[in-house]
Amino acid sequence: MGAPLRRRPVGAALLRLFPLAALIVLVAPVAAGIAGIVLPAFGYLPVLGSTEFSLAPFRALAAMPGLGRSVLLSLGTGLATTAAAFAVVILFVAGWRGTRVFAALERLVSPLLSVPHAAAAIGLALLIAPSGVVFRLLALAAGWERPPDLLIVQDRDGLAMTLGLVLKEIPFLLLMTLAALPQTRAAETDRLMRTLGYGRIAAFFYGVLPALYRQIRLATLAVLAFSTAVVDVALILGPTTPAPLAVRILEWQRAPDLDMHFVAAAGALLQLGVTLSALLAWLAAERLGAFLCRRFARSGRRARRDAWLRRLSALLMSLSAGTVLAGLGVLAVWSVAGVWRFPDVFPDGLTLMTWMRLAANLVDPLLNSVSIALAASLVAIALALGSLEFEARSGRTASGRALQALYVPLLVPQVSFLFGLQILFSFLGVDGTFAAVVTGHLVFVFPYVLLSLAEPWWSWDPRYGHAMRALGKTADSVFWRVRLPMLARPVLTAAALGFAISVGLYLPTLLIGGGRRPTVTTETVALASGGDLRLVGATALVQALLPFLGFALAAFVPAVLFRNRRRLRVAA
Amino acid sequence: MRIVFAALAAIVASSALARADAPNPADWSSVLAEARGETVYFYAWGGEPRINDYIAWVGREVDRGFGVRLVHVKVGDTAEVVSRVLTEKAAGRDESGAVDLVWINGENFAAMKAKGLLQPAAWATRLPNYAHVDGAGNPAVERDFTVPVDGLEAPWGMAKLVFFHDAARLRNPPKSAAALGRWIAENPGRFAYPQPPDFIGTTFLKQLLVELTPDPAVLKEPATDANFEAASAPLFAWLDAAHPDLWRSGRAFPRDYGGLRRLFADGEIDIAFAFNPSDASSAIANGELPDTVRSFVFEGGTLGNTHFVAIPFNADAAAGAMVVADFLLSPEAQAVKQDPAVWGDPTVLAVDRLPPEDRARFAALDLGVATLPPEELGPVLPEPHPSWVERIETEWARRYGVVR
Amino acid sequence: MSNGGTAERGLLLRNVAIRLDGDELVTLDAAIGPGEVLTVMGPSGVGKSTLVAFVGGFLGRDFRASGNIILNGRDVTALPPEERSIGLLFQDALLLPHLSVAGNLLVGLDPAVKGRAVRRRAAEAALAEVGLEGFADRDPATLSGGQAARVALMRTLLARPQALVLDEPFSRLDVARRAQVRNLVFAECRKYGLPVLLVTHDPADAEAAGGRILELR
Repeated sequence: MGAPLRRRPVGAALLRLFPLAALIVLVAPVAAGIAGIVLPAFGYLPVLGSTEFSLAPFRALAAMPGLGRSVLLSLGTGLATTAAAFAVVILFVAGWRGTRVFAALERLVSPLLSVPHAAAAIGLALLIAPSGVVFRLLALAAGWERPPDLLIVQDRDGLAMTLGLVLKEIPFLLLMTLAALPQTRAAETDRLMRTLGYGRIAAFFYGVLPALYRQIRLATLAVLAFSTAVVDVALILGPTTPAPLAVRILEWQRAPDLDMHFVAAAGALLQLGVTLSALLAWLAAERLGAFLCRRFARSGRRARRDAWLRRLSALLMSLSAGTVLAGLGVLAVWSVAGVWRFPDVFPDGLTLMTWMRLAANLVDPLLNSVSIALAASLVAIALALGSLEFEARSGRTASGRALQALYVPLLVPQVSFLFGLQILFSFLGVDGTFAAVVTGHLVFVFPYVLLSLAEPWWSWDPRYGHAMRALGKTADSVFWRVRLPMLARPVLTAAALGFAISVGLYLPTLLIGGGRRPTVTTETVALASGGDLRLVGATALVQALLPFLGFALAAFVPAVLFRNRRRLRVAA
Repeated sequence: MRIVFAALAAIVASSALARADAPNPADWSSVLAEARGETVYFYAWGGEPRINDYIAWVGREVDRGFGVRLVHVKVGDTAEVVSRVLTEKAAGRDESGAVDLVWINGENFAAMKAKGLLQPAAWATRLPNYAHVDGAGNPAVERDFTVPVDGLEAPWGMAKLVFFHDAARLRNPPKSAAALGRWIAENPGRFAYPQPPDFIGTTFLKQLLVELTPDPAVLKEPATDANFEAASAPLFAWLDAAHPDLWRSGRAFPRDYGGLRRLFADGEIDIAFAFNPSDASSAIANGELPDTVRSFVFEGGTLGNTHFVAIPFNADAAAGAMVVADFLLSPEAQAVKQDPAVWGDPTVLAVDRLPPEDRARFAALDLGVATLPPEELGPVLPEPHPSWVERIETEWARRYGVVR
Repeated sequence: MSNGGTAERGLLLRNVAIRLDGDELVTLDAAIGPGEVLTVMGPSGVGKSTLVAFVGGFLGRDFRASGNIILNGRDVTALPPEERSIGLLFQDALLLPHLSVAGNLLVGLDPAVKGRAVRRRAAEAALAEVGLEGFADRDPATLSGGQAARVALMRTLLARPQALVLDEPFSRLDVARRAQVRNLVFAECRKYGLPVLLVTHDPADAEAAGGRILELR
């Protein structure tokens, strides 16, 4: 608004592209992907020689053995995961917000957010399988020589899979809740309710939760959508007779029979329906929950005797964090183990051979992981900064509608639209290329990067900018020389988050890369059922630690850059 | 939307007219020249780290010797590769395909051959190193699961289904399908096989089929609705009886061969099997299995076959692929492959016809404590016609794919 | 001096001393009888909010407090806030936005009052008491500052506290409302015979309270 008129047209036009590009990145792939499966699902794919609409794919789909059970598995594990993770997080926040215990557990749980799903799942498997650590300890006491014949991992009802998912979704929901808490006046409301005589947990549920839930609702729905269609965790921990729907879709898509491709497309549409049903069921449960909440609030029951519930919530939260850490620990031990057979609790000798073998084999996947993640997070950051700067300059503040668009790729099952996207890319001849894979990753990385960056962006004091403009600096100059350096820490953190997410992505790399771009994550999942657990442990550990590199850099770089600037070194 | 599809399809189809000719192995020097600098994408099963290491070694050798860059694309199941090439062909992608070389045999080869997905002209038999191949002593080199090879794939190694057990825990393992069935009933929860359509799991089912079927000659013919039920009835009867006594009561199956071996290593099951006679020795050398493990075969014989590498019709680096295939057939590469410390896969070469220094390579190999010497490997049961596999897999999925 | 026995009525702040980093912020020794208002005054930053936090039970970790709070003969110093029966009125009305006005009152209403119809009548009576008949089903967001403050007052009183702490409760109201709401609050407190601790920086509040005034320095 104070910029020289000459400069405005070019810069402004360029800047206007950013929100548009952002929207395209978010919505177009999903739309294209869905289009890519709708037509084949009804038998229409001229590229493959079929030009008649028909219901044959759906008939064939319905004839697949155990389809109903697969659908129920997907629905059940999705809903159970979300409900359990939500309950644990909310109870914990309700019971311990503002205490020392809370700060300690929060510091413990937050880094776990960046552990990829596959590594966490493998760690869990190594812990709870009948040949795993827990049973080896039991065997020590009971004197067993062989593992018991218990169906734990890959159990038919998907409990192991649900557990593996819950362990990872708890840190995510906790972080989203903590981010939303400051906007809900939690401290004051809590104080008020408690002076009215309500116990801590009741105070939170009646007073804070309604406002809080509105903020974390989309995140919760994203968890639900993801869990109903997850593939990598299902491959590692989920049942096989039959497998959940998303896994089976992948199998159909890989069959050497072209007819199965159509069935896979129909299956992907079905998955869309399954996820939608889960979301609707959750929304219904929401209303019920809200009704019950209001009912109980009006009854005035104080529920002061909640000490047991508080302790339980802290226990569950510590258990979830502890399990993931224990899993990572077991992976680490396996990676340096010599011979380690049941029922030994400790390996029979340690060796670095596995790491040396891995060094040769993992170079390419590692390079791929890092380069794809770097590219995706850099593009995401650029898009995010551009869009935010555009909004800032046009005088808008964060509009709720725009932020909702962010969730589109997170609410649609990956396997559904990625499959369609792959058809589109291979049709254009670009599948397997670096750019295609990065685009696929971008769709998932960008929402989180923007979400992470939005709050620090908008809480930046605009008076710095006003002061600079009053001194004659242009808007561009303010952006590059004032706002960006001041926001260096949040920007790097958002980039590190994008990096971490990209590293952990499985389906996008697998489907769009077509196997030509193996990453550490695809290697980990491929090896997960393998015979040599030492290799599995080492690979999964690399996968788990890679995101930390990003966060370490994000913390290190500002510390160095701003070593003489106290105000910028403290977390903004 | 239809117009857009049609227009794009037309553009793609027209570009197919400009296609380079396939390299001719008879003119080997020009093949070598063309191959130099190419990148060959080798789609091969990646479930066994030892094999991956071997392929990595091959990559280093062909880079050093011929300037060819080999990229090992690890696949879970070769059927995926067939699916990919098929999709490419249907989409009109007649050149610059994603796959240059594929590790293949059996029903996947039959599918690719039938659907015209391979290089049209016979090339394998004209590779320089093909001269060393033992065609006479090994009919499986020329007929892959009863389907004529016609030089469309180059042999790579031999496979024989071999079982193994831990002699310390199980003294006298069952040595036939019937005996195995009785053993399973007496030892519930101690046997498993990978879930079909994993190829090791399917191989086990085929072994049972070949042993138990009333008339083995029928299996050489394609499977039809008429003959399938009668031929497979004993197989499914055996499975029906055995499943309740399997590992996890048949409610879950190991996903693939790696999973099976892990169960065996942990003592969850007492019998495992592999397609590679040296696998047990390699695992022992690697510290995964105790040194009391020994291999055994069924007295009536076990399945055996040859595995190959093939080049799809639309391969981008066909010359490079041929160079790699030829190197795979070289005595040096075959000897390293057969070393149990590396992979342990038997050679397809006629060792006695090799020059003395190459023969010495093979003689020097220590086959390993758990490997049965060739004379003890027992008769080779021929593989059924590939069409039997698909039907067995479908029927298995129908009967056992969903556990009630 | 002891619990039970003489059962002194009222709020006793006995030898209260609150320290931060060794500096003594607040010292106080006072007794507030039923229906009496003790006004604690002082400029901002002197420790008034700290005192409120201490009496309410929310004192921050960094503070060290000594002394006792004895309410109607019961020592509540070590009890968590919900057990103290000390009502708190804040600067903001803090009406829960997801409940109606009646809903907010019901949240405060003692659970000993059972039955939906009975409770509803109690809420409506409370509204009538402060001149807000008919506001029961209104959205709290549509209330003016003065109306919200009155609802907040009744919500606190419906919980049947044994003492009341007012933390600058009128400072957000515009001048015209302030006197009206102030008088209402004190009238209700006298009516219910509650000992009241008023913390404020506005001398007019102190005057209207009509009780003892303590200056914190």
